[in-house]
Amino acid sequence: MASRVGALVAKLEAKGIVREAELDAAVEAFLLSTQRAGGPALVARAWVDPAFRARLFADANRALDEIGVDMTHWAQVKLRAVENTDRVHNVIVCTLCSCYPVSLLGPSPSWYKSLAYRSRVVREPRAVLAEFGLKLDPGIEVRVWDSTAELRYVVIPRRPEGTEGLGEADLAALVTRDSLIGTAVCRANSAG
Amino acid sequence: MTQRFHTGDAVRTRAANPDGHTRLPRYLCGRRGTVEAVHGVYPLPDERARGIALTSCTKEALYTVVFDGREVWRERSSEPLSISADLWDCYLEPERAAK
Repeated sequence: MASRVGALVAKLEAKGIVREAELDAAVEAFLLSTQRAGGPALVARAWVDPAFRARLFADANRALDEIGVDMTHWAQVKLRAVENTDRVHNVIVCTLCSCYPVSLLGPSPSWYKSLAYRSRVVREPRAVLAEFGLKLDPGIEVRVWDSTAELRYVVIPRRPEGTEGLGEADLAALVTRDSLIGTAVCRANSAG
Repeated sequence: MTQRFHTGDAVRTRAANPDGHTRLPRYLCGRRGTVEAVHGVYPLPDERARGIALTSCTKEALYTVVFDGREVWRERSSEPLSISADLWDCYLEPERAAK
């Protein structure tokens, strides 16, 4: 893969289509933007502000505008937030490729792009989640969202018990990447 | 193309895959589902992948369709599972309401 990318870059440079400095700047801008990934802040606000929560499930893009998260990387995408409850657990996948809300979650983990995750999580999601250490009650409905088109999905996990006294910043620290994909839940002590 | 379906409609996905690119996953071919959301009109990726320009390609309604895991995998299970995908209008046909 690296050698193919290298060969492609060399060709593009030789043809004068890109310059190395431009590529470096684009990569750096991408990495910087994903460091500001807004997923945890989004969830924390939804946990403390019921009106915001309602707006988030009605129109997630407008809710993102409110907290200053930009979903436009290369093109405008529509975001949909899906809610975990005591009866429903949501999990996100892209079986066709590796679609992922990068501006909310940062760069995707390699397992998210793996054929094993993409093929198995729609076939036997409970077994896959158990391998992540998440054992669901048999009565809980698993909802798998396959991002096949123009929408991106983010899971809004349940607020852990025992966090009633925490402020938004402390709550955001409990929200892990995997909990936003749906392969984990948030725990009161997960931030250590 | 107009929007043929509405939230709550029973639909069945096309049974066969076309030769080229499509966004209907093969595991969801020929399956019965329910329209859960309507998202407006988007360019059809099947045509975009053949190099047809954004300005001249077909634009179609895009829906979120929810499938029961037992329908998708053709097996009995007592553990509730639903799978949804975002599908363009031409991937779907109307399904007579079952039951």
